[in-house]
Amino acid sequence: MNEQTQDIEIDLLLEAMFRKYGYDFRNYARASIERRILHQLSKSGLSNISEMQGRLLADKEFFKRMLLDLSINVTEMFRDASFYVAFREKVVPYLRAHPFIRIWIAGCATGEEVYSMAIVLQEEGLFDQTRIYATDINEEVLQIAKEGVYSLENIQEYTLNYQKAGGQKAFSDYYTAHQDTAVITPSLKTHVVFASHNLVHDAKFNEMHLISCRNVMIYFNQTLKDRVLKLFHESLCPLGLLCLGSKESVQFSAYENQFDPLIKDEKIYKKKGF
Amino acid sequence: MKKFTRKKDFDAIVIGCSAGGMDALKHILSSLPINFPFPVIIVQHRHVDSDGYLAVILNDTCSIPVKEVEDKEPLRTGIVYLAPSNYHVLLEKNRHFALSIDEKVNYTRPSIDILFESAANVFQERLVGIILTGANHDGSQGLKRIQEQGGETIVQDPDTAEYNTMPLAALKTANVDHILGLQKISNFLNDLV
Repeated sequence: MNEQTQDIEIDLLLEAMFRKYGYDFRNYARASIERRILHQLSKSGLSNISEMQGRLLADKEFFKRMLLDLSINVTEMFRDASFYVAFREKVVPYLRAHPFIRIWIAGCATGEEVYSMAIVLQEEGLFDQTRIYATDINEEVLQIAKEGVYSLENIQEYTLNYQKAGGQKAFSDYYTAHQDTAVITPSLKTHVVFASHNLVHDAKFNEMHLISCRNVMIYFNQTLKDRVLKLFHESLCPLGLLCLGSKESVQFSAYENQFDPLIKDEKIYKKKGF
Repeated sequence: MKKFTRKKDFDAIVIGCSAGGMDALKHILSSLPINFPFPVIIVQHRHVDSDGYLAVILNDTCSIPVKEVEDKEPLRTGIVYLAPSNYHVLLEKNRHFALSIDEKVNYTRPSIDILFESAANVFQERLVGIILTGANHDGSQGLKRIQEQGGETIVQDPDTAEYNTMPLAALKTANVDHILGLQKISNFLNDLV
């Protein structure tokens, strides 16, 4: 397959997906989206991307399966233990100063990070004065997040992560084992609102003290990353905090000068005051 | 096998290694001069929890700077880039890095195949791909892709590798240009300067 032809086919496929179903992957990081599309193509038994486009336009179920593959980001509980250690040490004291705390977890996928943060806030005695808005573009993964039922297989790893992240209790306090699943304890859901929000097109919906968007913008291109950083900047209160993934930064973007690093190594930034 | 190519215009070098890779990398990277005119991008498998330690050690032993890849960072010559633990590394056509936390490939993240395949798409024949010591099969498909795109492929001589599984797998999958010991790989890279 000629490279240039394939590039055109991918452009057209993404355009079709947007025009027909309203999901816009046109400004996603190209190398990853290309890999995922080619992976789907080989699974589908179709012979090229143009054929996939035809199928996608005609068959909504096919599109739904494809959407799941294109938008799911792999996530885990307490990924990057050092982030949570820093969060307890430096971010919690900052949050404590507010009588009511609004946190936005943008791109929460299946919710593992939402519950990780809920656990930390509960242990620090802040959860009751907090509201977490957990959003994602994909309704199906939001449903999984809302249910909070995870594979028991992963719990051993999460338990280790939790301990390294400065956890104060037995991790088993936070779930009930049911057959081969771990069901998140209902108290961790009490101050969480799960909602559909599309970072590509949707606007600000509240003023936040902290926004966590970790390893989401790695899937966006520069244009989209700039757009999202603008949205976050608008959504944060003065001196509000922005948490990114450990290998992301506001560097290499148009918003580099709008944030100061609070904890440089953990990519926790503070919005500049006025 | 192709003829030994020298002074050809390359744009980047990619290296993949696993078990035993640290010593092999030290050997090769410490031989590179400070004015080495290409970026070098490395996937070395390691534990999920390992921090930037490997970059620090290699930085101390090399005259060219060694750093971990950051998302959306532009690729620059004369720098050795290491894939961070627990992330895949890809290259965009605009020669910026893109990280991903997609599923593990060949049971590992970062995966050598993912780096090699995306680098092959970007650089085509202007790429050198090198597979060193390792105890699994990651990298074979990526090296094959580099070869298909006309790039230069090198595999560490399995007899000299601390673990020979990875070199043997690569030799089985791709029709490589050179099978060399570490010293000869160093010579090859220095001859490109």
